[in-house]
This record gives sequence, structure tokens and C-alpha cells, in this order.
Amino acid sequence: MASKVIHAFYNDDDVLMHAVKKVKAAKHHIEEVYCPFPVHGLDKAMGLAPTRIAITSFMYGCVGLTVAIVMMNYIMIQDWPQDIGGKPSFSYLENMPAFVPIMFELTVFFAAHLMVITFYLRSRLWPFKEAENPDVRTTDDHFLMEIEIHDNEKELMDLLSDTGAVEINITEK
Amino acid sequence: MYTFSNRLKIASFILMAVGVLGIGIGFMAAPTTVEEAKAIVAGHGDGHGDAHTVTEGHGDEMGHGEAHDASHDEHLLHQLQNKPWAALYVAAFFFFMIALGVLAFYAIQRAAQAGWSPLLFRVMEGITAYLVPGGIVVFVILALSVAHMNHLFVWMDPEVVAHDKLLQGKAGFLNGTFFLIRAAIFLGGWILYREYSRKLSLAQDESNDNANFKLNFRISAAFLVFYLISESMMSWDWIMSVDPHWFSTLFGWYIFASMFVSGITVIAMVTIYLKSRGYLPDVNDSHIHDLAKFMFGISIFWTYLWFSQFMLIWYSNIPEEVTYYVTRIADFNLPFFGMVAMNFLFPVLLLMNSDFKRVNWFVIMTGIVILAGHYLDIFNAIMPSTVGDQWFIGIPEIGSILFFAGLFIFFVFRALTKAPLQPKRNPFIEESKHFHY
Repeated sequence: MASKVIHAFYNDDDVLMHAVKKVKAAKHHIEEVYCPFPVHGLDKAMGLAPTRIAITSFMYGCVGLTVAIVMMNYIMIQDWPQDIGGKPSFSYLENMPAFVPIMFELTVFFAAHLMVITFYLRSRLWPFKEAENPDVRTTDDHFLMEIEIHDNEKELMDLLSDTGAVEINITEK
Repeated sequence: MYTFSNRLKIASFILMAVGVLGIGIGFMAAPTTVEEAKAIVAGHGDGHGDAHTVTEGHGDEMGHGEAHDASHDEHLLHQLQNKPWAALYVAAFFFFMIALGVLAFYAIQRAAQAGWSPLLFRVMEGITAYLVPGGIVVFVILALSVAHMNHLFVWMDPEVVAHDKLLQGKAGFLNGTFFLIRAAIFLGGWILYREYSRKLSLAQDESNDNANFKLNFRISAAFLVFYLISESMMSWDWIMSVDPHWFSTLFGWYIFASMFVSGITVIAMVTIYLKSRGYLPDVNDSHIHDLAKFMFGISIFWTYLWFSQFMLIWYSNIPEEVTYYVTRIADFNLPFFGMVAMNFLFPVLLLMNSDFKRVNWFVIMTGIVILAGHYLDIFNAIMPSTVGDQWFIGIPEIGSILFFAGLFIFFVFRALTKAPLQPKRNPFIEESKHFHY
């Protein structure tokens, strides 16, 4: 079903922030805001739910730590024990200090990479994907606020032009 | 203007009085003869008695006979005589190091022209006011060591140096006179910067331009260069040299991490205390959040250095190096590994969540654990070489902590009353007021 949306353009992030607050105060639902760079506090102003990516990051870190422990235990203790520097590898615990750098690195590696991949998946991004930006200027110097129209075209137009939008378009989506 | 509440003032006096009592008892209880020392160890019961028998049995096995026993008893006497001194020194240095860590943090904020922190400058300046009394106390203890009033620094004993080729080689650096001259230069430099920067900070409130602010920026940047060198050398002199055969090249950083995180923790605690009393109205949760982030980050940094130092020495297993950790793991097992839990696991798990960093009582509780952990850090650095397996956190140790805590509270909060808690004309004060995360 094609729905009509209104696109309001802004050329300053402060103006945009005020506009978002005003639109929210007037109890309209903001579909999306497209920005050339992250705007601090915009998520809160839009009323988006807080991100849960930090929780996934913690869990991925725990996975990485576990992988490191299991891996080093297999490689260095079970599969091929060696006597390095007078420290025979017959016990994981006694050789643990030597494995700490690996445990640390894999924790960070898993947390960082899997978090980025999660972020891509959650944002529906993959290689060769068509950009969703409705207007190329949002990758340069313009901010775009998208609001769905429910027979209140006139009201929204007035409100948005009050907030300092530099351009207002109505398009089918 | 902040007024030093009577309750807090009385509390600080009580702490000092109880502390003096504890320190006094520690010195009274220290043995003066070998017989007394043996009686103390024999009467001590389980823990220390056991350790003693083990060492004695070891001596017999070696077949050294009575000569070894006699020298062992002499050694025991020295350890027990050192105990109250070491307790005093650890606590004196610990509270001094808090002020010094805050001074470094303050200088970094100045040199970086940070916009978030100017609201906290008066708190930091208040804490660094302790540099003068704290520095004098530490200097006096060091001077008394040089005057052979105690045996904290074994290299100060000419008898020992006469039989030690390594110490003779180091005598050009490790000798009493040069040691005190260096201490005077370090303390003089730190106190000079602190007083001058404070003066400029107060002058900025009343001035019509930013000249004071700019000058403060320049001297802070210059001071940081001096600080890095002097702090590193201070850590060799005042801490690493209690074990003069052993050395570690990252020791200066390691002690710095300890003082930095303790200092930031105390800034957060004093700020939260003042806020709870209705002062600092413009300080918001985001300022506390930032301080807690620093507590979290520098705790991890401390662990990184602690582990780097440990792992290389553990792995290479060179006798003259590894003995440092052998002593600590054998005789100081609980404080040695306990401090890692307190300084690393605890802050990491408690302060990891972003929301917890904004909960004031959470920051205070974590801060108390961090401070106790870093006291243990200094304890573990000084005690093994001064009192050996005779360590205990008893009346002299706790008495010293209480005394210096009282002294610290008294001087810090007295300094806070001297100037308005909010700088007036700092060019970044508006940014600091609106700081939000």
C-alpha cells in the first residue's frame, strides 16, 4: 500500500533537534530522520527505545573469552604439551598467565566484530544494498525528517515550516 | 561558599586521635630486644607461629646451625621493629598519593582545556591542598629513615652496603643525601605548581580578561613534563628502593596508575558528598558519570600494568627478578590476589553498566573498594621487603590509616572553605554547566 509521507529538510543539526522536539510535542509520529552524521541526543529526542547493543557486546565478549580458554587448553595443554622456559604445559591453570593476552585479545575481537555484524544485521545493511536515503543531500549537508501523513497534510505543513525547515516535499512511499 | 560542618571537623579530629593512639600502641608494642621479638612471635598463635616454624625448620635442614638461628632472630627483630614504621609510611604515602594523583588529573584538565570539568576545579584544588602537610609528613619519615631511626630502606645501612657489591654500584644514586635532595626537588616542584596554579585560578575569578587562564594552561602543560619524570623517579626512590636489588622498568607507570585512579575516585567521592550537602548545584549526573568512566578505565589500565609487570617476570623466571613475586605469592597471598579482585574485577563488573555510573551511592561503594584495593597495592609494595612474613593489618596499620584519613579530611575540607566552590570566570564554565552525556 502506497502511503503519503512528508519530507522536511533542515541544514543545521541544532535546528533539527528543536524541530524534532516540537513535532514530538505536537504528538506526531516521526517515521525516520536521515542525517549526514550522528546527532548527539537525537535518539532520545525522537523517543527511540535505548539500544541493546551493549548487552550483545558483553555476551559476545564472554563467548570470545570462552573460545580462547577452550582453544588454548586444546592447543597448548591437551594436543601438544611442550616445555617452554621450564614451564611444562600439563595444567591450564598453572600456565594461565601466558594465555591471558590471548584471552584478552579474543574477548575484544569477538565483542567488536560480532557487535558490528549485529549492528549491520539489525540495520538491514549488507554489501551492494541500495541506499534507503530518500534524497542524496542527506549524505552531504542536509537533514531530513520523514513523517507519515494521515489526512493532516495542511497541519503538518504549517507545523514544519514553523520549525525552520528549508524545504518541504510530499511524496508517495 | 562552603562551610566546614562541625560534625565533619569533629569526625576528622576523632579519626586523628584514634589514629595517634593506634600508631602509639604500634610503636610501644615493637620489641627492643631479640628475646622480646621471639616472645611476640611465639605468643602470636596460629598464623604467624606456623610461618615461623616453617622457616626455622628450613634453617635446620640447611645445616647452618646456631649462627643462622641467631642471624634469623636478629632479622626477625628488625622486621618487627620496622612494622609500626612501615604501617605509618604506607598510610602516609597512600594519602599523599591521592593528592598527587588529583594534581596530575587537574593539570591534565588544564592542559587539555577540557570543557566538562571546570565545575570540579575547586574540588580538585581542595584535595591537592593536602600536598603540603602530606608531603611534609612523607619527607619527615624519609629523613628519619636516612637518620637510621628505622630500617625501611636497607640500602641506607652502611653495614649492609659494605657487604653488597650491587648496592656499592648503586651508591652514586642511592645515598642518603642525594635521596633527600631528590625528594625535596620533587615535593618542591609539585607544591610550587599547585600553589601557583591555584593562585591563577582564583585570580581568574576577579579578572577582566583570560590572561590568568592562558598562563595556567601553559604552566600546566610544562608541569606535566616535570611531573612524569619526577613521579617516575619518586616511585623508584620511595617505593622500589625498599627492595634495592630488584627493579622494574614500568614501575613508575604502575604507581602512577594507582595514584591516578585513587585520586579520581576521591574527586568523585568529595563531589558527591558536597552535592549531598546542597553545594555544587550545577554539577549533574553526567559529571559523575564521566568521573566513574575514568575510575573504570584507569582501573583496567592499572591491571594492564600490574599484569604486564607480573607476566614478563613470571615467564622469564630469572631468580633475581622472580623473587619479588615469589615472596608476594608465598607470604602475601591474600592481599596480593585480593587486591587484583578489588582493583580489577570489582570495578569492572560494577561500573561496566552505563546507568550504574550515574548512581551516586554505587560510585561511592565502588570507590571505597577501589581505595582499599590501592591501599593494599602500596601495602604489597612496601611490606614484603620491610616486615616480610610478619605482616598483619592490625592496630598500627589501621591506626595509621585512620590518622591520615583524619588529616586528609581536615586539610581538604578546610581548603574547600577558602574559595567559592564554583569558578566564576573560567571561559569554559558555561560549557561545563551544560555538560550532558
